Amino acid sequence: MQPDASFDYAGAFAAGLLVPGAAAPAGVTGPGGRPAGRRYDVYRNNVTVSLLNALAAIYPAVQRITGEAFFREMARSHLRQTPPTSPLLFAYGRDFPSFIEIYPHAAELPWLADVARIERAWLDAYHAADAAPLSPAALSMIPPDRLAEAIFIPHPSTRLVRSTFAAVTIFAANRTTEHTGRIDASTAEDALVVRPEFDVEVRRLPLGGAIFVAGLIAGRPLGEAAAHAFAADPRFDLAANIAGLIEAGAFTSVTSGHP
Amino acid sequence: MPLCCPPPLGGVAGTCFKHEHLPAILGEPPQRGFFEVHAENYMGAGGPPHHALERLRRDHALSLHGVCMSIGGPSPVDRDHLARFRALVARYQPTLVSEHLAWSTHATSFFNDLLPLPYTAATLARVCDHVDEVQEAIRRPILLENPATYVTFADSTISETDFLRSVSQRTGCGLLLDVNNVFVSATNHGFAALDYLNDFPLAMVGEIHLAGHAEQRDDDGDVLLIDSHDGPVADAVWKLFELVIARSGPLPTLVEWDSNIPEWQVLKAEAAAAQRILDRAAEGTRHAA
Repeated sequence: MQPDASFDYAGAFAAGLLVPGAAAPAGVTGPGGRPAGRRYDVYRNNVTVSLLNALAAIYPAVQRITGEAFFREMARSHLRQTPPTSPLLFAYGRDFPSFIEIYPHAAELPWLADVARIERAWLDAYHAADAAPLSPAALSMIPPDRLAEAIFIPHPSTRLVRSTFAAVTIFAANRTTEHTGRIDASTAEDALVVRPEFDVEVRRLPLGGAIFVAGLIAGRPLGEAAAHAFAADPRFDLAANIAGLIEAGAFTSVTSGHP
Repeated sequence: MPLCCPPPLGGVAGTCFKHEHLPAILGEPPQRGFFEVHAENYMGAGGPPHHALERLRRDHALSLHGVCMSIGGPSPVDRDHLARFRALVARYQPTLVSEHLAWSTHATSFFNDLLPLPYTAATLARVCDHVDEVQEAIRRPILLENPATYVTFADSTISETDFLRSVSQRTGCGLLLDVNNVFVSATNHGFAALDYLNDFPLAMVGEIHLAGHAEQRDDDGDVLLIDSHDGPVADAVWKLFELVIARSGPLPTLVEWDSNIPEWQVLKAEAAAAQRILDRAAEGTRHAA
């Protein structure tokens, strides 16, 4: 089928949807051929507000920290630059943390981008595939001399977010209505995000834990992942870390290493 | 994988399904009516949305309402999106499946709004291709919904009702008549809603939508209605609905309410009001027979 002259209607109509003040495209009118004026603005407003609301729904802690007016201005700037590329709005906003990192007005909140990364990971965990987490008993099935070769399969919801700031504590404080005390933002914190059943949990990983989890998620054997964690921090406690991860539901299965 | 259709609903009223209402819904005996969900909200791999929908689906008929297929756009249908849509139809076996005469994606951008199209021979052919593709994928007919619009295209050569009739005739799809959209568009473009409804091919309608709208003013101070789904159904829309049902006979009817969402009992009362109109019409049909 040959497109007729009117066939670029979507391109012409889309051109002004993210541009404040842009006039309606030629041939788009109100009643009786009157200029479209505010009528075209309705579409621009629908698009902008719905995407703003989508970002606010994904990043409630960021909005609570910045306040609504600041958040909406920041989110508006982002969505005009980076509209969604998928019709699944729960997948939107992956570039928002990086945008926050370089957003000049947020420079005084250097941990804000990492809080956003935890929120993005939270929603990914929420929508991840369901799977039964590994039971603590499964590990005891592996002979002790083979334990170092054990390979863990991560739960589909498992996410790791590392921060040089107290992002986990700041995230948690701003996703609850409970009063929290003063936070030292300069403490580095790493987050483990998991949804073993219906509730997403965000836990602060112990010392060396992030390197250990990253190794296991990447499919490295237990011994190798532990060695990397020890090398990074000699205070790394292997038994406590492995027990904590299994209790959190971060894995679905473990194999003795030989495929 | 064969996709089978559950039995038709008949003249029952339903509501959109909001997760915050699930405890209240499950705390009551199963509703007589059905529930409608936006397909895109259930396109994640797993998690609480699917858990909630499965619990609802056990005792209730479902209508799957797609919002983002961009059937009215010039670009090809997104194959990944269509595959996800098909998977939902297979998993939840909805009684009704519907989409919009609108577009929402252009080039790589998704605009998350139901955007308008000119009605021409070329757009008609393209829309029919897209409807065919969707129906082939899910192996059953869809219902295509009339849009609420705020602008018109100088290029349009076909009326909206003729356009929808032709899509239905060429593709075998049914139509979803959104009575609130008719009222909103009629007000915005200065035509009579009754004339539109007189021209509408009611025999092809498989579902009715009702919803609330908001009121603004355009640049000339004229009323501009917004299809906002954020409040109760307007009196004028109830009257139009009664007229439609008197002519068409009882049809599955859905009350939409998507923002400023009320308590379940408020939404349920809106559906009950629709049900009374449907039951009166059914009673009238029986007496006439």
